Amino acid sequence: MAATPGELTSPPATARRRRWGRVRSLTTIDKLVVVGLLGVPLLLDLFFIWTPALASVVLSFTRWNGIGGLHARACSPPPAPSILQNGCWYGVQNYHQAVTIYPPFWPAVVHNIIWLLVFLTLATPLGILFAVIIDSGIRGSRIYQSVLFLPVMLSLALIGIIWEFIYSQNYGLINTVLGRAGNANAIDWLGNPHLNLWAVLVEGSWRQAGYVMVLYLAGLKAVDPSLREAARIDGASAWRTFWRIIFPVMRPINIVILVVTVIESLRAFDLVYITNGGFNGLELLSVLVTQNIVGEVQRIGFGSALGVVLLVISLVPITIFLSQTFRREGRA
Amino acid sequence: MSDSSVPRSLTQANVGRRGLLKGLAGVAGLAAAGPVLGACGSSGSSSGGGGGGSSNAITFGSNYSDPAPKQAFAALVTGATKATGTKITINTVDHNTFQQNISSYLQGTPNDLFTWFAGYRMQFFAAQGLATPIDDVWAKIGGNFSAAAQALSKGLDGKYYFVPIYNYPWVVFYNKSTFKQKGYTVPTTWDQFIALAKKMKKDGLVPFAFADKDGWPALGTFDIINLRLNGYDYHIKLMKHQIPWTDKGVTAVFNQWLELMPYLQSGANGRIWQDAAKTLESKQAGMMFQGTNQVAAQYVTDKAPLGDLGFFPYPVINPAWGQDYMDAPTDGFMLSAKAKNPAAAKKVLEYIGASGAEAAYLKYDEWDVGLAQGLSVPSYNSIQTTSVQAISTCKAVSQFMDRDTDPAMANAMITLIQQFINNPTASTISTIQKSAEAQAKTIFTG
Repeated sequence: MAATPGELTSPPATARRRRWGRVRSLTTIDKLVVVGLLGVPLLLDLFFIWTPALASVVLSFTRWNGIGGLHARACSPPPAPSILQNGCWYGVQNYHQAVTIYPPFWPAVVHNIIWLLVFLTLATPLGILFAVIIDSGIRGSRIYQSVLFLPVMLSLALIGIIWEFIYSQNYGLINTVLGRAGNANAIDWLGNPHLNLWAVLVEGSWRQAGYVMVLYLAGLKAVDPSLREAARIDGASAWRTFWRIIFPVMRPINIVILVVTVIESLRAFDLVYITNGGFNGLELLSVLVTQNIVGEVQRIGFGSALGVVLLVISLVPITIFLSQTFRREGRA
Repeated sequence: MSDSSVPRSLTQANVGRRGLLKGLAGVAGLAAAGPVLGACGSSGSSSGGGGGGSSNAITFGSNYSDPAPKQAFAALVTGATKATGTKITINTVDHNTFQQNISSYLQGTPNDLFTWFAGYRMQFFAAQGLATPIDDVWAKIGGNFSAAAQALSKGLDGKYYFVPIYNYPWVVFYNKSTFKQKGYTVPTTWDQFIALAKKMKKDGLVPFAFADKDGWPALGTFDIINLRLNGYDYHIKLMKHQIPWTDKGVTAVFNQWLELMPYLQSGANGRIWQDAAKTLESKQAGMMFQGTNQVAAQYVTDKAPLGDLGFFPYPVINPAWGQDYMDAPTDGFMLSAKAKNPAAAKKVLEYIGASGAEAAYLKYDEWDVGLAQGLSVPSYNSIQTTSVQAISTCKAVSQFMDRDTDPAMANAMITLIQQFINNPTASTISTIQKSAEAQAKTIFTG
């Protein structure tokens, strides 16, 4: 196949040379504009993203209830009463406690990973499948499109509430239809810790598939129809056409979808928080951070430590993605 | 009752913290506009710090954001203005938001007076120097309150920081018609209690409606069994981690609870308490242990016959303690440390502490009861009059686990008790006791 994306996007060598030539002849105003356009976002980025992130890292080494100031003194060893142990340097104790004696920690890590895997292997491919089927021009495609897109327009909190009506033990749709809404044999979709994560993942996938579908559909519409035509003339099957021609051509969209999927998985919060507050089988790192920092539980240091763990986990896919992107651009 | 027609959310004040978020999320979702918290009403006018200019004006931060409590609170404040001549600006904040932001609120520019809860939850902020002691107010109003109510209003340093407005009991609810029809009698001892549960099960009823999806309702069961079995002092010491969670007494509480397990509605971790109350309403369940602020309020919301709803105090387990104690969560008011006009604010607190003020508030409330002694409230229904009797016979009342202990510890117990409900065995008990103690050590002593 001739049309690899690299060739489609990289400008001819002469054009690149001309661009560099232009840089040398920048006027003062141009330079100011460049400094403004780069500097302002840079400052905003530093102030709103890096400062809080670094502050969280620093706080994660302290024991602090959010009242009064922080100081550099180390916390006295136990059994000093906690009220005297405020705003002091706690070393790696928060991390140590999180991994050793905080029961929700490991379930939360595992659930975050499950969430990511389910989105990557089920929800997102399902969305792509929807997009491809709709794009193939089946009858009533607009109706399918609207129906599948509908959940994307709802807030996740609302989705959680809608599904609660479906899953509820005594009054829910599923148990009623199965005739199990009685008390003895009702299926406890949201309360059974072996079931509820999967039940919530169905809710999440319901939305994620629609989201991916819309993104992918937009990409599919932009694919040059002559490519398909050529494939058809060459006698390629629909399956082969998709995997060998359409999918590679859609690389930029694929990357966007991959990033969206990873982001949506790591920031998962709303659904479990609305379902049961993130307890009993629905622990996620994002919820544990909230449970410890927002509200009356003022364990700022401990919550920050959990936040840093989430940051480190998020850095893995971000780093892979960025290094891949830069490497490709460097090659191009 | 003038407010029975007022549509109210399922989440009465201090009850469904998460439930309220759901309501808000629904509103935000339907409106499809703005972030969730954008939907939080901030009615009233001043947003903190006002009223500094005049010596006769104060601001009052309120989390009574649901329609009925808001109306009741407005009536209370109007009465206070009339009696003291103090101009009061109310700053109402959605109660979920209020509670989540309390720490920064009190450190920032708090209102002179603010609504809050008795117990450790109050003592914590008092100990951090965020509230002003009001011993001089209590010198005048002290006579209106029982020793138990006085004790509730004191900080860890023994000074007063709190003026109560209402409380409500945690008791065992039942439908009078069901008891009459099946010939059940109110149990007073544990054996009678279990025997009644057995009989109900045979009669095809769920003996106890039970829900713990929100995590906190089951804490009440732990509280009451601990109070009945080990007494009030033990319970409060445990809550403050002066007794380790690995203590034999705690094991005994869980073992007692184990006996009750076969009679509790199954799948509690997946059920919200509103749905459990509905099984009682529909007479599928025989009894339910929860607060009047939830069960009676739910009856009103669902327009179920409130007159049919009765309750009895939790039966005796250990004769040494009888039925001396119960959870009766108390709400009230505090004076912030940064108050701009403490003199006028104290005058308002004195008015609220006088018994007439509580009656003005309770005119709009069908399930809470006042604390002042000799208070006569003509609008009380039968639930409220029996609540008053039940609470007044107690030698001491605790507040509820999430008010009597550090909030982080309450969260830890929510997780552990849900584990116990999922898998009620002896080995779970020993696991959760060990985990509770390990977490308590980090929370209370570092």
